Amino acid sequence: MVDTALFCRYLLVMAGVTYLIRMLPFVLCKRRIANRFVRSFLMYMPYAVLGAMTFPAILYSTSSRLSALAGFVAAVALAWKERGLLTVALCASAVVLAVELLGF
Amino acid sequence: MMQNSFVKGLKDGLPICFGYFSVAFAFGIFAVGQGLSAWQTVAVSLANVTSAGQLAGVPIMVGRLPFLEMAATQLIINLRYALMSVSLSQKVASNVSIVDRLIISFVNTDEVFAVASGCPGMVGRNYLYGLILTPYIGWSFGTAVGAVAGNVLPAIVISALGIAIYGMFVAIVVPAMRKDRAVLGVTFCAVGLSTLFRYAPGLRNLSAGMAIVVCAVAASALFAWLRPLEAEGEEAPSHG
Repeated sequence: MVDTALFCRYLLVMAGVTYLIRMLPFVLCKRRIANRFVRSFLMYMPYAVLGAMTFPAILYSTSSRLSALAGFVAAVALAWKERGLLTVALCASAVVLAVELLGF
Repeated sequence: MMQNSFVKGLKDGLPICFGYFSVAFAFGIFAVGQGLSAWQTVAVSLANVTSAGQLAGVPIMVGRLPFLEMAATQLIINLRYALMSVSLSQKVASNVSIVDRLIISFVNTDEVFAVASGCPGMVGRNYLYGLILTPYIGWSFGTAVGAVAGNVLPAIVISALGIAIYGMFVAIVVPAMRKDRAVLGVTFCAVGLSTLFRYAPGLRNLSAGMAIVVCAVAASALFAWLRPLEAEGEEAPSHG
């Protein structure tokens, strides 16, 4: 157990740092960036971040490599067919559940 | 072109809300298991709204490690949000005031950012408020349910829910990769780098949060140089 006073101090540090990282660039960058390289960089960045966050981490997101791999393949297949976010997420979970129920 | 419908924002936020519910649920179980009380666990989610940062932060609290370590860990894991905030700042319409920015940036998560980025044209304040509302509720409520009732769900269900948030990332990236060659290239490049950083001796010692920042910056910079956008005008070629 962490007592309330100590917990609040930790929480303040944690949430304060997290908020400042998000807030400062968003509030300070108000003008349109004209530089072509910077604009291109910022356009590609979301996909690079999501790609790097997803793989290979997704393979370790369930209790077995095999079920995670099956879920990943299912997610890619459905996303390729342009199914919505929720459909893809829930189907990936369902495939993981099915594979793990089979004993893998 | 500007997207400024609150209802459209709500609709786009709903899948994030459901995705968060399951991930936050898992976080709730984790934090209580680590030794936080249920209300402390919920307070962490209400104040931070960041999955990776929270997962790393709870053991630091419970272990009573130095405050500096807490600050440094959060800075590194969450540094990607600074990039996202700069990117999003270029996409918000002029009706988004400073106060709006102060509020919206609080819930500028990976998924909110990804969905807002995928919107054609600029995004307005009503749309953004609609977009962040349900994910915030899903994140807090999911944490509470996980913290209080987590041990009623069988382990196999919790394991299956673990992949949900990654499934959502896949659903955002893959259609954009299909439509735009440069997005395909930049994503494969980032995935290749992150695989290297996960397994290669030496490189794998870098923290997961820092590795994401390095991979994303390297891949985006490479493609911004190789395949820059056309001159000023309609942006985000990656959606149809």
